[in-house]
Order: sequence, then structure tokens, then C-alpha cells
Amino acid sequence: MFRTSLTTNLILICLLVVLAALPPFLGIYYGNMVTRLMILGIFAMSLDLLIGFTGLVSFGHAAFFGLSGYILGIVMMDTETASIYWVLPACLGVTALASLVIGWFSVRTSGIYFIMITLAFAQMLFYFFNENTALGGSDGMFIFAKPTLAIGSWNPIDFEDHHTFYYVVLVSLILSYLGLRRLLNAPFGQVIQGIRTNEDRTRALGFATRRYKLVSFIIAGTLAGFAGFLEAMHTSIISPAHLGWHESGNVMMTVILGGIGTLHGPVLGAFAFGFLHDWLQDVTEHPTLYMGIFVIAVVLFLPRGIAGLPADIARWLRRKPPGDGGSPP
Amino acid sequence: MSEPILTTVRLGKQFGALRAVFGVSLEFEPGVVHAIIGPNGAGKTTLINLLSGNLPPSDGSIHYRGQDITGLSPDRISQLGVGRSFQKTNIFPTFTCFENCWLAAQSRRPSSMRFFRPARRLVDVEARALNALETCGLGERRDTVAAEMSYGEQRQLEIGMMLATEPDLLLLDEPLAGMGSEEATQVIGLLRRLAEEHTLILIEHDMDAVFAIADLITVMVNGEVLKTGSVEQIRNSAEVQQAYLGVEEDEA
Repeated sequence: MFRTSLTTNLILICLLVVLAALPPFLGIYYGNMVTRLMILGIFAMSLDLLIGFTGLVSFGHAAFFGLSGYILGIVMMDTETASIYWVLPACLGVTALASLVIGWFSVRTSGIYFIMITLAFAQMLFYFFNENTALGGSDGMFIFAKPTLAIGSWNPIDFEDHHTFYYVVLVSLILSYLGLRRLLNAPFGQVIQGIRTNEDRTRALGFATRRYKLVSFIIAGTLAGFAGFLEAMHTSIISPAHLGWHESGNVMMTVILGGIGTLHGPVLGAFAFGFLHDWLQDVTEHPTLYMGIFVIAVVLFLPRGIAGLPADIARWLRRKPPGDGGSPP
Repeated sequence: MSEPILTTVRLGKQFGALRAVFGVSLEFEPGVVHAIIGPNGAGKTTLINLLSGNLPPSDGSIHYRGQDITGLSPDRISQLGVGRSFQKTNIFPTFTCFENCWLAAQSRRPSSMRFFRPARRLVDVEARALNALETCGLGERRDTVAAEMSYGEQRQLEIGMMLATEPDLLLLDEPLAGMGSEEATQVIGLLRRLAEEHTLILIEHDMDAVFAIADLITVMVNGEVLKTGSVEQIRNSAEVQQAYLGVEEDEA
């Protein structure tokens, strides 16, 4: 059963209100940054479905993120206008198909082998796009035109407008979160959480666990593809770096920082990651070095990530003075 | 004699050079408590693992209700109505007792590939989970996290989860292992009640328990069946005493 405490829910709603009210005060730079971080949040949540709820540590999750962006780039290459009504399904469809194929092989392995095989598949895609000069090779490609929602001359939402797109992403983030929550409490979600906790037992109870892992992999891959679609729409550029292992590592770090298996944690992780990096860039010449220290500190002192922070603080406050014993065996 | 519910034909399992199970041909009657005993290393747990699909046999075949189930995966065998409990406690430690039994009960739905409607609205699953909790004696522990319970209670939960899958045939691998005498008495009572409606295949080291519950006993030694018979026959068999019971008494 996946549930969040009342406190968590209140905090999340407050953050949501802040995010919704923020755009007029952000300016272009921070507006774009928050948009990007919300997209990273969706991407990280999709990985949390695998790592935190199915127990599958994928190290190639960026493959789906970048692939979807490339599909958008390819579709828009020779066209001025295209309708999102078929472009988005095309991006998601290809991503879903790719996750089906990659997942079909990967879920046959577990542990370290699963990590390696997902990484290997992602690197194959990376080199495919990296060596493909028609698609810009290692430079990637610009996406000059974006698909529109227009029906005839009526265009309800203009994706070119930064403000509008901010809200498109915010709504996508909320819907992704609520959708995943719903999924986790549906029969399917119960099974994958069983697999995470004890796969052998889940199989012994009569569940064909491999099939459930595959479906979870496809859902997570497709959601990552959706995030990749938004990212490509947002930045108008797609390059092999989007599906490299560096990107996969980044999103995994985001999930770990935010709190594995919490769903909202990875979104918080994205924001903590993004703002800290931005701030470090201003105050030091070696932001990555300090990021590393920060990550180590979180892993050591906040094993449940940022999402576990309220509970950790509550525990520290309630902690008895030293010498009292009282820690459970 | 009624049609056997489960039959093995010259069943064998080889691990490298080790013949863990060899030439085991047994018939298990419906409604009967059939205990399998034998010294450590006799191949009892391996046999259970073969029956439940956790290990693929190297030789021979297994038939359940006339259907060849040799080499089927554990989930398929479970779906046919064969439940199993494990020798080493095998539960979902972070789940509550209710959640443990819930997932077990949910496995009897035609499919769990359902992505939207909350699982908790499935009243049939809830009824089965609660029923199993009640039967295994953990009705009061419904919302306790499994890892926080005593070892004996976890063993009970293990049985409860098996029951929530509504099996006809129960494979019980040392359900009393590591239990105190009070807990053991409780579980023996539970097994007796289960025996009224189910077929039990039981591995157990506790001889008093075996003699108290079992209708039939098979003695295994070094991966092979030494003898199958009623409690009296086994108790009075000279070869069994020599191969097994005698050794145990010497140790005691």
C-alpha cells in the first residue's frame, strides 16, 4: 500500500501552490530553470517507479528520455507545422516499443547484471545517434518548429510561450504524480511492490513476476519518454548527451538524493540538485566537486533522502539524551 | 483407494555430482496428511522445491490431478492450487500482516494487470485476506508490520499467506522449525484444522508433531525413499529405526 502522511500531503500542496504562483516573479532564466527541473522531476519519478517500487535498478533510463526527444527532432525535421495529436503518440509509441524490447531482455537478469544490461542498451542507442551524421552526430540537432495543439485556426495553448509552457509542464508533473500514485495503489502496484520486497515469494504466490517487471519497465520508459518529449520541446535541441550514461547517472542521483521509493522525493531531489548546482556555480569554480560532497553527505546522513527529512527531524527532536539506551534491537 | 492428487514418477534432482533426490515415485492421496521425514541431507526440501516448481527436476515427472506439471514455474503451479510455505521464513517484512495476506489473496484474481482502480476496493480479495489472517491466528495482528513480530508469529503468517491463495494441496516445509513448545502446539492445532479440508505434504523434524498429525509417512534417506507407511508401520519398522530414528535417539 502506498500512502503519504498528512504532513507530507500538506507540504506538497504548499509547494504546488508556490510553483503555480511563481512564474510572474521568476524572470526568464529562473522560469526556464524551474521548467527544466519539473521535467527532471517527471523523469526522476519514472525511474523511481523502477528503482523504488519494482526493485529494478536501471542504469540506462536516459535512453528513453533521449530517444523520445530524437523522435520529436526527426518528425519535425522537414516540416514547419505538425499536430501534437500524432507527434506525441509517435514519440511515446516509439519509446514504449524500445522499452518493450530492452525490457524484454533486461528483466531476465537481476542485480548487477540488470544494471549492466540496461547500461549497455542505452550506450548502444547513444552511439547510434552519436555516429549518425544525418541526425547531427555528436552535436545533435535543433528542433526548429514545435508541434501545436491547433485545431484549424484555433490554438488553445501556445507552446512557444515560456509562461504557458511552464504551466503545461506543471500540469504534466501533477498528472504524472497522481497517475503513478493511482498505479501504485491499483492491483498492479501491489504486485510490483511485492516484487521489490521479495520477488521469490511473489512468484510463489502465483504471480508471473517477470511479466509484471516488464510492464513496469515499459510504463517507466514511456513516462521517461514523455519527460524527454517535454525537454526537447522546451530546449529545442536534442543531442546524444541526453541518452548517455551521464544523464542516466544524474537522474539516478536525483532519485537517491530525493528519497528512493517515495515518488515525491525525486521531484524534491530535482529541485535540490538544480538549485544547489546553480548556486554553487555562482560561488565556486568547482561546483561539481562540492556537489559530490553534498551527495556523499546526503547518502551518509539522510539515507531516506530529502523526502525522509521531516521524519528524520521529528526523530531527532524526540531522541532521548545519550546514555539512555532505548534503541530497538 | 481414491485417485491421487499428486504423483511423482522416478523423480530426480542432480546438483553436479550430488544426487539430492533420486528415483522418487510417490502417490499423495487427497485429504491425507502425508509427512516426509528423514535425516538432514535426505533431500526432503529439494523434493518440496521440485513439487512447487522452485527447482526444475533433472529426471522423472510430476503429475497434479492427472496433469503433467513437470518443469512448470512456481507461479503456474501455485495457480493450479498448490500452496507452499518455506523452511526459512519467507514473507514481505515491510508489509503489515494484512498486506502480506492481501497480496497472496490478490493472486487469485484472473489478472492483476489492473492499473487504475484502487486494489483495496476488491472486496473478494479483502475477505480472503481477512479470512486467512483469522485462520492462521493473526486476526489481532492485522496492522502489525511483519518484521516486528516474533519468529513464531512470522511462521504463522507464512501459513496464512499460503492459505490466502486458497490452495487444495499444501506443501509445508518444516512449519515448526525454530518454534518454542507453546507456539508449536498452537501451529500443530492449526495444521490439524487445515487437514480437515486440505491435502497436506509435510516435512517436519519434530517427530511428536509428525506422529500426531500425519496419516502416512514417507522416510527418505540419501535422496531415496526408504519406506512409506502408516504411523504405526513406520514407528515399528526396524529398517527405519536403524536408518533414522535410532540415530536420533542416540544423539538425544
